[in-house]
Amino acid sequence: MEPLFTVGEPIQDAKAPAGPLQDQWETRRFGAKLINPANRRKLSVIIVGTGLAGSSAAATLGEAGYHVKSFCYQDSPRRAHSIAAQGGINAAKNYRNDGDSIRRLFYDTVKGGDYRSRESNVYRLAEVSSAIIDQCVAQGVPFARDYGGLLDTRSFGGVQVSRTFYARGQTGQQLLLGAYQALERQVSAGTVEVHTRHEMLELIVIDGLARGVVVRDLVDGTLETHLADAVVLATGGYGNVYHLSTNAMGCNTSATWRAHRKGALFANPCFTQIHPTCIPVSGEHQSKLTLMSESLRNDGRIWVPVQAGDTRAPGDIPKDERDYYLERQYPAFGNLVPRDVASRAAKNQCDAGRGVGPGGRGVYLDLADAITRLGRDAIEEKYGNLLDMYQKITDEDPYRSPMRIYPAVHYTMGGLWVDYDLESTIPGLFVIGEANYSDHGANRLGASALMQGLADGYFILPNTINDYLAKNPVGTADSSHPEAVKALETVRERLNRFLSIAGNRTVDSFHKELGAIVWEYCGMERNAEGLEHAVGLIRALKAEFWLDVKVTGMNEELNQTLERAGRVADFFELAELMCIDALHRGESCGSHFRTESQTGDGEALRNDDAFAYVAAWEFTGEGSPPRLRKENLEYHNVELAQRSYK
Amino acid sequence: MNITVRIWRQHDQTAAGQMVSYRVDGVSPDMSFLEMLDVLNDQLSAAGDDPVAFDHDCREGICGMCSLVINGIAHGPEALTTTCQLYMRHFNDGDTIDIEPWRSASFPILRDLIVDRSALDRIIQAGGYISAPTGSAPDAAATLVPKKDADRAFDAAVCIGCGACIAACPNGSGMLFTGAKANHLGVLPQGQPERHERALAMVNQHDAEGFGGCTQIGECTAVCPVGIPLDMISFLNADVLSALPKENT
Repeated sequence: MEPLFTVGEPIQDAKAPAGPLQDQWETRRFGAKLINPANRRKLSVIIVGTGLAGSSAAATLGEAGYHVKSFCYQDSPRRAHSIAAQGGINAAKNYRNDGDSIRRLFYDTVKGGDYRSRESNVYRLAEVSSAIIDQCVAQGVPFARDYGGLLDTRSFGGVQVSRTFYARGQTGQQLLLGAYQALERQVSAGTVEVHTRHEMLELIVIDGLARGVVVRDLVDGTLETHLADAVVLATGGYGNVYHLSTNAMGCNTSATWRAHRKGALFANPCFTQIHPTCIPVSGEHQSKLTLMSESLRNDGRIWVPVQAGDTRAPGDIPKDERDYYLERQYPAFGNLVPRDVASRAAKNQCDAGRGVGPGGRGVYLDLADAITRLGRDAIEEKYGNLLDMYQKITDEDPYRSPMRIYPAVHYTMGGLWVDYDLESTIPGLFVIGEANYSDHGANRLGASALMQGLADGYFILPNTINDYLAKNPVGTADSSHPEAVKALETVRERLNRFLSIAGNRTVDSFHKELGAIVWEYCGMERNAEGLEHAVGLIRALKAEFWLDVKVTGMNEELNQTLERAGRVADFFELAELMCIDALHRGESCGSHFRTESQTGDGEALRNDDAFAYVAAWEFTGEGSPPRLRKENLEYHNVELAQRSYK
Repeated sequence: MNITVRIWRQHDQTAAGQMVSYRVDGVSPDMSFLEMLDVLNDQLSAAGDDPVAFDHDCREGICGMCSLVINGIAHGPEALTTTCQLYMRHFNDGDTIDIEPWRSASFPILRDLIVDRSALDRIIQAGGYISAPTGSAPDAAATLVPKKDADRAFDAAVCIGCGACIAACPNGSGMLFTGAKANHLGVLPQGQPERHERALAMVNQHDAEGFGGCTQIGECTAVCPVGIPLDMISFLNADVLSALPKENT
């Protein structure tokens, strides 16, 4: 049998400046070439995606005077899925005087990521975190405040300080509206043009440099080529490879996967976050899963009945017959252990038969003690919108009986590989936000996705992309350039191929089946045998897809089935790479739990000697095994230790 | 449950449309309304017919992408609920349900149940922001915001921009949407310098888009899935009046 992958040369340089950690960003910014404001007008940047990273980058580059072309598949930039983030955004403000600092946020993030992220990037993230809060407040983001008018904060999993700023349970919405409004302000100023209902289907690379994109107008099917001096992908994560996830229905990997096929390395695809507190699946018809913010773990206590198979109503189970298993197993962090730890613990309880609700796939998240202690009003003030949402979906009242929750796919730490400048291995292609792999290692801490998206978009990319543009690397090219024409034709042929198969199975049926495979074998627990099996299953299903999928209608119309077909086709290829990545990484770390590698009491057992690297994968052609390129991780400022939250 | 749906089908912006009936069997009460439409679309696709086009994305009530007038009510019969958060348990076996797109001359139909709401983006472009270029911000704690003002701003800022207020208004007015933004930014200290001009610019754009005037009927707030109150419009009107004398001098 052909090997599943080959090993290539390691990545030699991630471009982080030399010197002490706390000086690196200053050094890089000073070293980056600048462009005078009059010349910026002549330079154009394409930004795909309008979530926190994409909107904030487009607004900031527009303010700087560049000509920005922004694209999103939704009908308005404000609808990007950052809008659904609930709990909050971290920043090392230390307003609570509880011992927080840049160094502590850095340390918590590296440790939370189970020592699989790059020190230089994470330190910079912690460094700019404070400026994000300042920026958002200036834009009018209505963060929660106390009666004295000061900003309020709360705690999130994996940390012991209170550094999470929030706007009730809708922090992502408020931050995105701030970035969206800044973006629309630049539209009005004439620096940014926004193309809504346009989906990127191909990257245009000319002379080795990223120069543009092919997009499809989702209203009438027109294919367009757009060229610029640099391209930025801010297209989010690939959680929908699992079919059921907390992502929006349209979230997809196509932009990042197309770039991968054109030469951008894809890093750590198997690092996918399963969030512990989501509303359990209710039936076959389920189209997506809904998160209940991790912030509920501040006040909610998680438990299951001590007796397996106990079918009593939760209120009838006395306290001494309940197992508050997180508090018991992890006394130091209790219900606020990191997400990977909490998810696997819930799975273990359900596997042991102590799960509650339909199918036994659920555990209780109980607010009763907090309601007794603080009063119903205080709980409603903090979590009202979440609890309303729970009630709408389940028809159960969370103020009266405990909520049922179960882990679900939520976030992907993996993504396109980027260097310190957030540039991929294709020069001129920058990747920001969840679409890159950068800062979260093998597990992201709560309230850090919003921080990273806005750090990348407001503060980091605008200080690194100029260095690329200042070198004025690109020649003139327009949509008649052979590479642009070729990219457009590739897209057209692929769309025609979908439409001409005229098979018997719907796109969604393939997506569901693919998702079930990835969830079963590359979900909360993985092992070599299962992953090898999964690769075979994915390949067979992919072959069937290309023979038997049924895509109705035509290209030259609003055709949502055709849109989904393209996304699912790319998920097949990504799913295979995820399994290969998970198979090759024979250690457990963070979200990646290999049953073969665990401590005596069932915790993730890392193998730093063999796996302290970022696995960046190179595309080598259709049907040809991907090539592994390692970026070795070196730690000079934190000591690698077995993670413990006990 | 077995349900009959009557749905507005229209191929594109210029084509004529009509209501078409379909039967959907095996609907579970725990399905969301959009999952019921997924089932219908699966049936249609399997039969080789074009599925019904409808806008949706987050399916958790926050992105504002879903719409639908259900039995004559924008977002359907449940108060404070978007279409994606409406569940079939609120309907009965054997029901016939009418499903139409947002109805407004300023929201042209693109296909079936999908309309063009870009007019709302243009209202924000006209002034729905605080001018705070990246990097210019003072420390977040430098300005205290009284809790009641922060809460009021938040209550306005939760608008999801879905456009139900406009679909429900007999005048096709977008004043609740516009008023929510004027309130969100206008009660915060950061929003004061541009407050009155912002309100005027947004209202001018609102009118230029062809949205109707407000006559305080209140259908907008009745269907609003996030409960934006009607007094947001009074606040907006007051700000517009304050801006007018300045504009005339």
